[in-house]
Amino acid sequence: MPGLTANLQLLTPEFALAGLALLVLAVDLVVPQNRKNLLGWLSIAGLLGLIALSLKMLWGENETLYGGLLAVDAFSLFFKIFFLGLGIFIILSSMDYVEKNLTSRGEFYGLILFSILGMNVMAQSRELLTAYISLELLSFCLYVLAAYARNEAKSNEAGLKYIIIGAFSSAVLLYGVSMVYSTLGVTQFASISAALANPGDVSPALWVGMALILVGLGFKLAAVPFHMWAPDVYEGAPFPVTAYLAIGSKAAAFALVLRLFAEGFLPAVDQWRIVVAVMAAITMLTGNLVALAQHNIKRLMAYSSVGQVGIILTGVAALSADSILPASGVMLYLVGYSLTNMLVFAGLISFFNMTGREDISAFRGLADGQPFLAATIAIGLFSLGGMPIFAGFTVKFYLFTALASQGLLWLAGLAIFSSLISLYYYLQVIRQMYIRPVEEVAEAIAGEDVYVPTGPEVSTSPLILIVQSVTLVGVFWVGVYPAPFLTVIDAASHAILPGL
Amino acid sequence: MENFDQIALALIIFIPLAGAIAAMFMPADRQKDVWYFAIVVAGLCFALSLYIFLRYDYGAGGFQFQDSYKWLPAPVDINLSLAVDGISALLILLNGIILLGGVLISQNIVYRPRDFFVLLLALGAGVFGTFAVRDLFFLFFFYELAVLPMYLLIGVWGSSTDFRTFFRAKEYAATKLFLFLVAGSVLVWIGILAVYMGAAESGFPTFSMETLGRLAEAGQLSEEFQTWVFPLFMVGFGVLAGMWPFHTWSPDGHVSAPTAVSMLHAGVLMKLGAYGIIRVGMVIVPEGAENWMPVLITLGTVNVLYGAVSAMSQTDLKYIIGYSSVSHMGYVLMGIATLDRIGVGGAVLQMFSHGIMTALMFLLVGAIYDRTHTRDISVLKGLFSRMGVTGFFFAIAGLASMGLPGLSGFIAEFMVFTGAFRTYLPLAVLAVIGAALTAVYILRLLALTFLGESDARWEHLTDASPVEKAVGGAFVLIMIFVGVWPEPLLRLINVSVDALPGV
Repeated sequence: MPGLTANLQLLTPEFALAGLALLVLAVDLVVPQNRKNLLGWLSIAGLLGLIALSLKMLWGENETLYGGLLAVDAFSLFFKIFFLGLGIFIILSSMDYVEKNLTSRGEFYGLILFSILGMNVMAQSRELLTAYISLELLSFCLYVLAAYARNEAKSNEAGLKYIIIGAFSSAVLLYGVSMVYSTLGVTQFASISAALANPGDVSPALWVGMALILVGLGFKLAAVPFHMWAPDVYEGAPFPVTAYLAIGSKAAAFALVLRLFAEGFLPAVDQWRIVVAVMAAITMLTGNLVALAQHNIKRLMAYSSVGQVGIILTGVAALSADSILPASGVMLYLVGYSLTNMLVFAGLISFFNMTGREDISAFRGLADGQPFLAATIAIGLFSLGGMPIFAGFTVKFYLFTALASQGLLWLAGLAIFSSLISLYYYLQVIRQMYIRPVEEVAEAIAGEDVYVPTGPEVSTSPLILIVQSVTLVGVFWVGVYPAPFLTVIDAASHAILPGL
Repeated sequence: MENFDQIALALIIFIPLAGAIAAMFMPADRQKDVWYFAIVVAGLCFALSLYIFLRYDYGAGGFQFQDSYKWLPAPVDINLSLAVDGISALLILLNGIILLGGVLISQNIVYRPRDFFVLLLALGAGVFGTFAVRDLFFLFFFYELAVLPMYLLIGVWGSSTDFRTFFRAKEYAATKLFLFLVAGSVLVWIGILAVYMGAAESGFPTFSMETLGRLAEAGQLSEEFQTWVFPLFMVGFGVLAGMWPFHTWSPDGHVSAPTAVSMLHAGVLMKLGAYGIIRVGMVIVPEGAENWMPVLITLGTVNVLYGAVSAMSQTDLKYIIGYSSVSHMGYVLMGIATLDRIGVGGAVLQMFSHGIMTALMFLLVGAIYDRTHTRDISVLKGLFSRMGVTGFFFAIAGLASMGLPGLSGFIAEFMVFTGAFRTYLPLAVLAVIGAALTAVYILRLLALTFLGESDARWEHLTDASPVEKAVGGAFVLIMIFVGVWPEPLLRLINVSVDALPGV
């Protein structure tokens, strides 16, 4: 095909990212064991450079590459910046943890960089196999990262569980892809969309294929009933990896889902809307109800993220050919959700570095010992529960408005109700940190507090402080004035819904 | 002055919010400095609220001090539109008064004082915002912002009480209050989205209350639609207004809350609920409101009687006043439900009058509790000889609560009854009986606590502090002023009530 490589330079950021990852792995060989943080800084510098490069090169571009396999448009640029920024936050908040708890520190950063590459390509792919390959690139990195604390049984268990379930779901996904290919002879999103233009006379095999793809992606998203792996993997994985799983892998999977459903499946929306809506409803209710019973903060966050996935899925169910609101709603929610979760996880990681504990009762009295840490966690949790002036309220309101505009009021009502449930278990953590029996208050005033956390390191490291400050500003910004974010997001929505 | 009028409402929301943020950066251990700072901020708010109240042109009526900021463009179309009518101007003044009073009497907060005032000011900003906006998104935003700090204010600075037969822990009260209120706002939120959906079907997807009100007036929202949406608002906002049977969070919350929070909670926060029913329910879905009013007035009557009977059987001062709030909010709900010019006007006046009265009562109970460390009326007796001014103020507040002529409560209740007699005679009769019950529990409280032989245990008691006396005295003067000359309030109320649809 002529011109297949004509605009290859648009992929420069991806090539550069792969190069950066290889560079980190190579430098790892010559950096002494006690200076491995250097690799983290190298990765951060590289990622910052890539953000600048991507913005400069790709702003306003709208092209396809390799004959339609990849798209370089506002949507992929939005998610590229999203993932690169997320990578910086994750690396910043993991450097202390990695130094203290993990071996083979160099590869840790290399794997994170490779997984970001996978995410970037996921957001760009407009073809099922390309999407699958990038998804696998991401997943393989995550399998290794989940098992990275190799001296701990739990981490090994997490990695094993994750890879088995992951392989299984990949097989389901691939089977769905092959069904689509066998009926249509193509795997491009656009061709699927054309084939679905008249949903009445579509071969049943195509429906089965689409259903299998949905199931496969459901596993990756940890949507109920395909979520069973999530709590165990979250609990076993090293703390920063848990954060990465909760934010990065979810956002990447949603990037793929958005493009696939908007560019590929949208003409048959009347057929699949109810399926996705029901899946969303079950997911948010199950996630939030089961979270009520958790005592471990990682498992709590795992179920909380299952619940949040359910809420984001409602936006996918509301996708429509005549409005960009649902697509924008999903992306804005992803921004708010990621900032908030990053804020919470940075605090939790810092707390773990101080105390080595991850049970909720360990947070008792934290507000007196570490006021800033407790405040950031509390703000994050209130935001996740959907309280205003934080991001959580605004993004929920926007997403639910999108649902209402598509007539899905029942689903919005259910989502609001499940937010109420979630608020209860977030309150349990806040209660441990802030609310103390009257006698303890008296002790705290007298300076004889016994519950203030003590440990090898009793202050938040500057690295995590950076993450906390930036995400804190972000959480307030999205909560109070999301208009600038929406300008960018609306452009991204227009890219995947070109008819509007 | 024109320019200042335009930004007055933005300022009254922004000042406490900015004050809260600024206070966060103050040193945590400088308790007095934080308190002075909070007084300055609350004082500014009070001055602004008084300015807005006095400058509202009741001759012209309608919405004044209009100002609008673009927030999100179409298709969602959300603007921060600010404006007040007479009702909101009055309630903004109420919040200004009680916020300042609450801050003033909080000089003895020693545990994390900075955080206390940060949350208190944020709460104040939320209440000001709810009264000042003309957009459903922001109404809900500020409404939730007013609810959020309550959890921590009660949970962290509250008190747990052992009632021998049961133990009321502050975290229980805080969690119960918070979940009840958020559960109420779940319904409100669904209602707001339903209204948006309904308006979108008529071709105007908007959250602007002005546009929505006009749509309702033009009959663009079908009666059937309005009839299923109104209960969402009625129950959702009703939870915050202490509507039976969703009132149970309120007395528990009062009992555990620190004094200033009780004052704001009963004085202003519960009014947000009633305000929501008027501003959102009655204006945006008026036909639905009309169909549901018999239910609301019945619930309001139950409130009056149930609250009064419960208050009669309590032995804890705060529980008595908490249940009396439930009872008095019943008059507000009844007044609204009459859809009668005098009845609704009485409801609004009752909101103001009850706000001041109940804030004063909580202030005095706080003063007593600070000195005796008990609120049990079977233990307290003969306090009058030791705490004369406290007892005197308490008696006036109690008389206002009973509806004695010459005090604010009389006019408000009289108007509500007049409205109710015109529309729902049997319920009005029941409510008058409720007013008689008020006399029973108030007199019982006064007699047991203040009169009789003084106990040797209370020999050493000192009277209220000068600050408490000043704030309490100001509240008493306001009650007398309103009782003797309600005209300045009523002309604002009347011009705005007349503009409500369906009245």
